[in-house]
Amino acid sequence: MSEEYRQMWTDLGLDLEAHDALLEALGKGYQDIYLSQENRPQGMQYFDFVMSEVHGLRVKELIDAQKQGRKVIGSFCVFVPEELILAIDGISVGLCTGAEFGFAEAEKVLPRNTCALIKSAFGFGMTKVCPYMEASDMIVGENTCDGKKKSYEVFKDVVKDLYVMDIPQMKSDSGKELLRSEYLKFKEKLEQLSGRRITVDDLRKGIETVNAKRRAVHRISELRNADPVPISGMDALLINQVYFYDDPQRFTESVNKIADELEERIKEKKGVSAEKTPRILISGCPMAVPNWKLPWIIETNNAAIVGEESCVGERGTRFLTDSEGSTVDDLMDNIVDRYFNIDCAIFTPNQSRTEHILEMYDKYRADGVIHYSLQFCQPYQIESGPVESTLEDKGIPVMRIETDYSQEDAGQLRTRVEAFVERLKG
Amino acid sequence: MRSAGIDVGSRTVKLAVVENGKAVISRKSENSFNPLEICGEMLDGIDYDVLTATGYGRHLLGDRLSCDIISEIKAFAIGARELLPSCRTIVDIGGQDIKAISLDENGRVIKFEMNDKCSAGTGRSLEIMAMALGSRLDDFDSLALTAEKTEKISSLCTVFAESEVISLVSRGAKREDVALGIHQAIVNRLMGMLRRINVREDVLFAGGVAYNKCIRDLLQKSSGADLHVPDDPQIIGALGCAIYGMKD
Repeated sequence: MSEEYRQMWTDLGLDLEAHDALLEALGKGYQDIYLSQENRPQGMQYFDFVMSEVHGLRVKELIDAQKQGRKVIGSFCVFVPEELILAIDGISVGLCTGAEFGFAEAEKVLPRNTCALIKSAFGFGMTKVCPYMEASDMIVGENTCDGKKKSYEVFKDVVKDLYVMDIPQMKSDSGKELLRSEYLKFKEKLEQLSGRRITVDDLRKGIETVNAKRRAVHRISELRNADPVPISGMDALLINQVYFYDDPQRFTESVNKIADELEERIKEKKGVSAEKTPRILISGCPMAVPNWKLPWIIETNNAAIVGEESCVGERGTRFLTDSEGSTVDDLMDNIVDRYFNIDCAIFTPNQSRTEHILEMYDKYRADGVIHYSLQFCQPYQIESGPVESTLEDKGIPVMRIETDYSQEDAGQLRTRVEAFVERLKG
Repeated sequence: MRSAGIDVGSRTVKLAVVENGKAVISRKSENSFNPLEICGEMLDGIDYDVLTATGYGRHLLGDRLSCDIISEIKAFAIGARELLPSCRTIVDIGGQDIKAISLDENGRVIKFEMNDKCSAGTGRSLEIMAMALGSRLDDFDSLALTAEKTEKISSLCTVFAESEVISLVSRGAKREDVALGIHQAIVNRLMGMLRRINVREDVLFAGGVAYNKCIRDLLQKSSGADLHVPDDPQIIGALGCAIYGMKD
C-alpha cells in the first residue's frame, strides 16, 4: 500500500523511515500469524483487507471526513463513550498500543517498569509512526490505572490536544455521580470542538449505531459455543480489535455477514479445528493490534480459544446502551448506566468480573481458563490471584501468565501452554 | 518394543531407552549451539521403535525426525511416577528452567508453576554465581556447606544478584557465607513456587541442580518434606518420554 499514501503520511508528519519498518514488521507478522491459519471463514477476507490498509485507506477516510468538517477522536479505553463521539458526527478511533515499537524513546520519559501497553502508546507517539494519533483532532486519556493516569501527565507533551477524563474506582453512588459528571463534561467538550449541540436524535442515533456494532459481535461470540468452533480465537480477536477503528456501519455489516457464514458452518459441522479440541477462555488485560503472541501460541498448540474476557473482547462489548428516553438527559443517564457496569480491574471490589468469567466459562463450554496479565499491570496481576482461587475452588483448570510484547519468552510460554493443554486433554 | 525418549535441555541432552518396561540405556551429553548435531550423535547406533522428545529443543527435533513431542511438565510427571509411584510433587531445577509440579493420586498434573523469561534461581544462575566467587560449579555446594552464617542475598535476579555478590565480597564478607546466601536465595525462589502449588508428599527432586547437596538440605528444611532424589536426577524427563512412547 506504500506508494499511494506516502504524501498523506508526510503531511501527517510521520517519520517515513520508521513507519516503513513498522509496516514491514506488521505485514510479515500478519502473514505468518493470520494468513497461515487454515479453514478460515470467507468473510475474514474483509478483515484481511482492513489490516492490509490499516495505515492506508482507513486513514485516508479519516482525513477525507475531516475535510468535510467531521472530527476524529482518538482514545485508549472502553470507558470513552463512542455514542457521544458519533452524536457530534465524529469518528472514534482506538490508538496504537499493541507493539514493542519505540520503547527506547518511551523509556526516556517513562520508567522501564511501565506496562507494555503504556510504553507502546508513548513509543508510537514519540517516534511518529501512528497515523491515527497524528490525525486525531483530540485524544482522550482516562484515569483508569495509576500507570495511565500518571503517564498522561507526560503524554500531554507528546501529542496535541490531550483531554483527560476522570474515572471512578468504586461502584458506589458517588462513583456513579463522578462518571456522570465526567461524561457531561466530555459531551460539552465534544460540542465545543465540533461546534454543534447534541440533540436527542443525534444521541439516539449514536447509541443505535454502537449497539448494532455490539450486537453483531455478540452474534459471533454466541456462535463460538459450537463444537467444532466455527472461527478461530485469533480471528475473533482480530474482529474485536478492528471494532475500535473501522467505520461502524461497514464493520457491523461485515461482522453480520461472518455470523451468517458461521451459522452455515455450524450446520455443516465445519470448524477451524477438529471436534473435541481443548477449549480455552482467555481472561485479563486487553490485547491491542498487533499483540497476537499468546493467542497464536495457544492456537498453534492444538487448542481453540472460545472467548476473551477482555476490554478487546466481551468486557468491552457485552452491554448495550438503552436507547429509550425522550431527552438528552435521559439518554446520558442510559450511557452512564451502561458504562458503569464495565468490570475493569481498576474497580474495587470487582467481584462481578469473576462472575462474568464463570458465566463465559459455562456459556462457551470452555475446558480451562488462561489468565493473561501484562507485566507491571498491577490491577490485573493482583486480581489474578483471587480469580484463580475462585475458579480452582470450582474445579476449573486455570493458568496465570504474565508477559509483555517482546518475543523473548515465547519458548517458555509455549512450554507452559503445551503443558496446560495436555492437562486439559487429561 | 523399544521406546526412546530424549530431553533436549538448555545445558544437557538426556536420552533414555525403555524395553519391556525396563530402562536399558541412559545417556547424557552437554548441549551446544547445535542441539540437532548433539541429538544425532546421541541417537547414533541406538535401536528404537518409537521416539518421543521433550525439552526446550523438542520442536526443533520434532521438525526433523519422526517423533512425538510432549511438554517437559508431562514428561517429568510420567518419569517421576515411574521412579517413585507415590510421587505427588516434583521440583525440578534445570539449566534454564525451574518447575514445581503437583500431581493427583493417579499421577495427573493438577497444577504447575514455571519461571518465565527470568533465569533467577536456575542452574545457570548458580553457575554464574559460582564463577563470581571463583568456585567450580561442582565444588560450589561444598563451599557453601562450610559456611558459619548466611550472607543474605536479597535480589533474585541473576544480574543483580551477581553485583550484590561482588559488593558483599568487596565489603569483606566470607566467600563461603556468600555462597550459602546464594543457595538460600535459590531455595527461597523455589519455595515461592512450591507454596503456590501446595507441597504434598512424596516429593521428588529432579534436574541437574538436585546433585547440589546444599540446595537439597536447604530445600528439605524449608519445605519440611522428605526429598527423594533419584540416582540420576537429570534423566527424569527423558525417561518420562520413553515411558510415554510405550503407551501405544
